[in-house]
Amino acid sequence: MTDLNKQMVEQYRNSFLKEVEANVEEGEWVKMCMQCGVCSGSCPLGPYWDHPPQELFMMIRAGKREEVLASSSMWMCTSCYNCIARCPRELPITHIMHGLAHYAKRLGLAPKNQPTMKFSQKFWDNLMVTGRVNELKLGLSLYFMNGLVEGIKTSLKMKNIGLGMLLTKRMNPMEMLGGHSVKDKSGFKAMIKKAQELEAARIAKFKTP
Amino acid sequence: MTDVVATNETILVVGGGVSGMTAALEAAEAGKQVILVEKRAYVGGRVTQLYKYFPKLCFPTCGLEINQRRVKGNPNVTVLTMAEVSKLEGNAGNYSATIKISPRFVNSNCTACGDCERAVSAEYPDDYNYGMNKHKGAYRPYRMAYPERFVIDPRMIGTPDADKAKAACKYGAVDLNMKEEVLTLKVGAVIFATGWTPYDAAKIQPYGYDRFPNVISSVEFERMKDISGPTGGKVLRPSDGKEAKDIAFIQCAGSRDRNYLKHCSRICCMASLKQTTYVSEIEGGNSTIYYIDIRAIDRFEDFYQKVQADPKVKFIKSKPANITQDKDGNPIVNGVNTEGYHRYATAHDLVVLAVGMEPSIKGAMPEGVKITVNEHGFIENDGSNGGIFAAGCASDALDVNRAVQSATASALKAIQVINRVAGMEG
Repeated sequence: MTDLNKQMVEQYRNSFLKEVEANVEEGEWVKMCMQCGVCSGSCPLGPYWDHPPQELFMMIRAGKREEVLASSSMWMCTSCYNCIARCPRELPITHIMHGLAHYAKRLGLAPKNQPTMKFSQKFWDNLMVTGRVNELKLGLSLYFMNGLVEGIKTSLKMKNIGLGMLLTKRMNPMEMLGGHSVKDKSGFKAMIKKAQELEAARIAKFKTP
Repeated sequence: MTDVVATNETILVVGGGVSGMTAALEAAEAGKQVILVEKRAYVGGRVTQLYKYFPKLCFPTCGLEINQRRVKGNPNVTVLTMAEVSKLEGNAGNYSATIKISPRFVNSNCTACGDCERAVSAEYPDDYNYGMNKHKGAYRPYRMAYPERFVIDPRMIGTPDADKAKAACKYGAVDLNMKEEVLTLKVGAVIFATGWTPYDAAKIQPYGYDRFPNVISSVEFERMKDISGPTGGKVLRPSDGKEAKDIAFIQCAGSRDRNYLKHCSRICCMASLKQTTYVSEIEGGNSTIYYIDIRAIDRFEDFYQKVQADPKVKFIKSKPANITQDKDGNPIVNGVNTEGYHRYATAHDLVVLAVGMEPSIKGAMPEGVKITVNEHGFIENDGSNGGIFAAGCASDALDVNRAVQSATASALKAIQVINRVAGMEG
């Protein structure tokens, strides 16, 4: 490409598309979408999305920054991979959806009280303690997510399942006391810290407008 | 035994469709010796299976007849039908081609009277109509077939029906002892005009071509319109035989898709636009075209505009996600419309998949010389191919008009090789 060509390409690539390409996982694929609609039609949860993937891609290219990042759509993705399997251009749509959701959350623009986001945060916090997911604590924290009364109600409703899991040794009550851990907990913490530094450096490289 | 004279000043044309016939005739009419090898029992290729051409909506039979007469009247062209090139060795100006000729079981005494066909009862799926009906064990491949000779299906050999066919023939034309022949010919240049194959629609799993009877391919739809075709010129639903009125066309069925064919097959948009004119002729007929973008190739934008102005044709900008079926056997097209992002689930009487073009040479290359092809399997016009050239759909996804242009160009290239050989020998 000549310099003039490159210049024109840059001119038409709006700043939000550039921002997505720089910060969102697999974001550089967004410009490859040809708006055929196969992803949106193939999504099993599609009818519940405000904006199906194909529309999100078009909104990104149209520079609708606030609308995209504040949307609850990409939080609806269940990673079924139907869209990736069918996309005629092999866009990693599932990964882009998670990438967008993650980026929106990092910027604090994700919709408040989005249940998938709340669960993801609880999962992360739970995992960070010992390097292993403590399913007992994670389950209980979900039950009590919306207050004490509802937590007790849910616990009673789930009582039989819990007892069954205890009997078949699928749940260990001792996990309440700290729980199992990775062998090298300090190594695990160092690894996460390093990953977060790398990510922070990447964000710093692209100044968010 | 088939008697064929060939020298290294002879041009071998592989494939006797419209491109192969054109290339052979252009070279023959320029005074060169040509051998035209055709896999089917007749020349004309896929053009013989078309109802109408776009954009003029005229019948291909008339152009075919002209070409057949040119072949008949030109002593420079030798036509070998039911023949395939199995091996090709050598280099420009000096090739050796091994040609396998399958037995037709009918010799040149045949007058095409049809007595053998009437005498037999065995029936086999008719490839000419994509298996939508059956032909008799002794048959004329299609009504305008050239050479005008009947064929006996090899599956009938050894059955009492074969003897009935032989007994019925007044001219001694049925020869049940005919064997496969293998010829080795010396030729100077080779033109591959091996054409295209419709993409196997069953591979597009979400569209259910293999599961839903009322989902058909565009080439099958084309056969339905032929008055002497499997449905007598009517568009009938395969499930219940009712006349279809509300017909959907799905573009890019297999094309422009990394899961199937990566390339744009180029002709399918125009073919579907053409086919909507067939639907509009039906009393109460309506078409819906589902598309990513309409690529009216060449100078055909005006044809697209004409179809757009037809109130019986609806355009929906969307590549459907999948097809399901309701209890009455109506295919339901599901997807999201790019213009407004509205979800739809629309039932139609019949869905036509505008299938893509796959080069027939893909996976069927003769042994011997290495021929350079591109990533889609089309033969490249590349210097490394020496005296081997591609014509028509062997070189790219082309419509008839462009295929014929490509064939003329390849004939000129082959003539140049032959002239060089002749010059050196002269």
